[in-house]
Amino acid sequence: MIFQIALRELRSLFLSPLAWVILAILQVLLAWKFLGFIELFFSLQADLVNIKNAPGVTDLIVAPLFDFSKILLLIISPLITMRLLSEENQNGSLKLLLSSPVSMSEIVLGKYLGALLFFIIVILVISLMPLSLLFATQLDMGKFASGMLGQLLNVSAFIALGLYMSSLSKQPVTAAAATFGLLILFWIINLAGTSGNNENSFFNYLSMTHHSTQMLRGIVYSADIIYFLLFNLAFILLSIRQLDAQRLQH
Amino acid sequence: MSIPLIQARQLHRYYADTHAVNDVNIELQQGEILGLLGPNGAGKSSCMQMICGVLAPSSGEILINGIDLLDQPHKAKQQIGYLPDKPPLYPELTVDEYLNYAVRLRRVDKKNLKDFRELAKHRCGLQSHGGRLIANLSKGYQQRVGIAQAIIHQPDIIILDEPTVGLDPIQIHEIRKLVTQLGEHHGVILSTHILPEVQAVCNRVQMIHQGRSVFNQSIDELQKNNPVKIHLQHSVKPEQLLQLKGIEHIESLSDNQFLLHGEELQSTLADISQHCVNNNWGLLEISLQQNSLEQMFLQLTTSEQAS
Repeated sequence: MIFQIALRELRSLFLSPLAWVILAILQVLLAWKFLGFIELFFSLQADLVNIKNAPGVTDLIVAPLFDFSKILLLIISPLITMRLLSEENQNGSLKLLLSSPVSMSEIVLGKYLGALLFFIIVILVISLMPLSLLFATQLDMGKFASGMLGQLLNVSAFIALGLYMSSLSKQPVTAAAATFGLLILFWIINLAGTSGNNENSFFNYLSMTHHSTQMLRGIVYSADIIYFLLFNLAFILLSIRQLDAQRLQH
Repeated sequence: MSIPLIQARQLHRYYADTHAVNDVNIELQQGEILGLLGPNGAGKSSCMQMICGVLAPSSGEILINGIDLLDQPHKAKQQIGYLPDKPPLYPELTVDEYLNYAVRLRRVDKKNLKDFRELAKHRCGLQSHGGRLIANLSKGYQQRVGIAQAIIHQPDIIILDEPTVGLDPIQIHEIRKLVTQLGEHHGVILSTHILPEVQAVCNRVQMIHQGRSVFNQSIDELQKNNPVKIHLQHSVKPEQLLQLKGIEHIESLSDNQFLLHGEELQSTLADISQHCVNNNWGLLEISLQQNSLEQMFLQLTTSEQAS
């Protein structure tokens, strides 16, 4: 049942121009940046030969590209997640789900999975660019996989937060604005922590940047994975609760 | 006696401080079409939403086919088809895609999916619209798609919230016909504020006003007491009509037009006309009035407001 809801969500996304526009814009922006990184690599290549343990193609092109794409994903994800529940709430189609033999958790998980499937497609399309380098050179596939995992975890957290915001508001735009604000907050929250120069501060622990930067560069800490899993779980549970509460009180 | 399809007992529902539904009991038997009547904001929709599990009651008990809706929501909801006041459609899907989704959500056996879909389309007159986008359909057809999703899994109970709002007279007629057909095999609850609609399709009517159930009677019983209107050529004193059998009181509309009240007057229509002819009153018109429901409705809704 979760899968049915997810598929419907994905289909509706691709039936609207929004998904295609987002995919197109992402590709153009990333391709531009990608070319920039390649050019930078060529200009540095001569110097790199003389350095011991010099950073390779993966470090100089793939990692910065992933770094850049995570910012773009942060910007576009509220646009996708804003409609998940608020639109259904607004146009009344949520009543179809609520009157069907489907539990709240199935509805929420279906929505979450639908959005996640969309972003998996986005990430796969993004990854085609660095993979095209394989025609000319070798990539560090370990670092590449770590970067992909980092993107996926990042995006899943964006979706979970966006889904919760979408369950709170009947207006998609409000949900988008709130998601955007909170995502930025989670992004920069460690600035307070790092200015105090203490690496293990509480704010560092909350920050998404702190937990994703290393992974995008190829270092996977299990603590970072657990952070993202907990983040997802928390907001999915909150969404389920919110949907349940909607039935109970107004 | 078999278990009623729906037994909703002592439903209460608060919205903040408003007591929107106050101690309402609803019962529905197999093969019955129940009309829920009430002015706007009376609590009809809230009652229906509670029965469908869309809204949780503040207190009360709802049994669907003997299954408690709160204890076993999945099993209970499988037997309900619900059309909200605004059809729950996805405009970007085609009719077929939408109905496929709706039937899967109801956990219908995979091998029946297509048959169920085609039957629902056939019943709602949507056979040639399968490939059309819902967004491009007219309001009437969108309403039909809404009804199709409510009956697609062939539930025992069909709940329709104002199914004929915004439709043209032909469509209204067709939808009433459909509801009557559905009532033969399923139990149907229908909410409306169009009184003739209730008389046309329902077996029983329940009126809700300011959150309370104020009236609950079968249509047959209700029509037993319909008044008879007579229009005479000559003016007659009302007392002269009182001699007639079965007439309890008389309402004068003018010197020569009267409303006769009494029990089961439709069986005495012939006697009344005979009496008028015998007295040479010049009978111009004699008819059984159908508006007792309207009077009842106005009486119940305005008297409570005054008190």
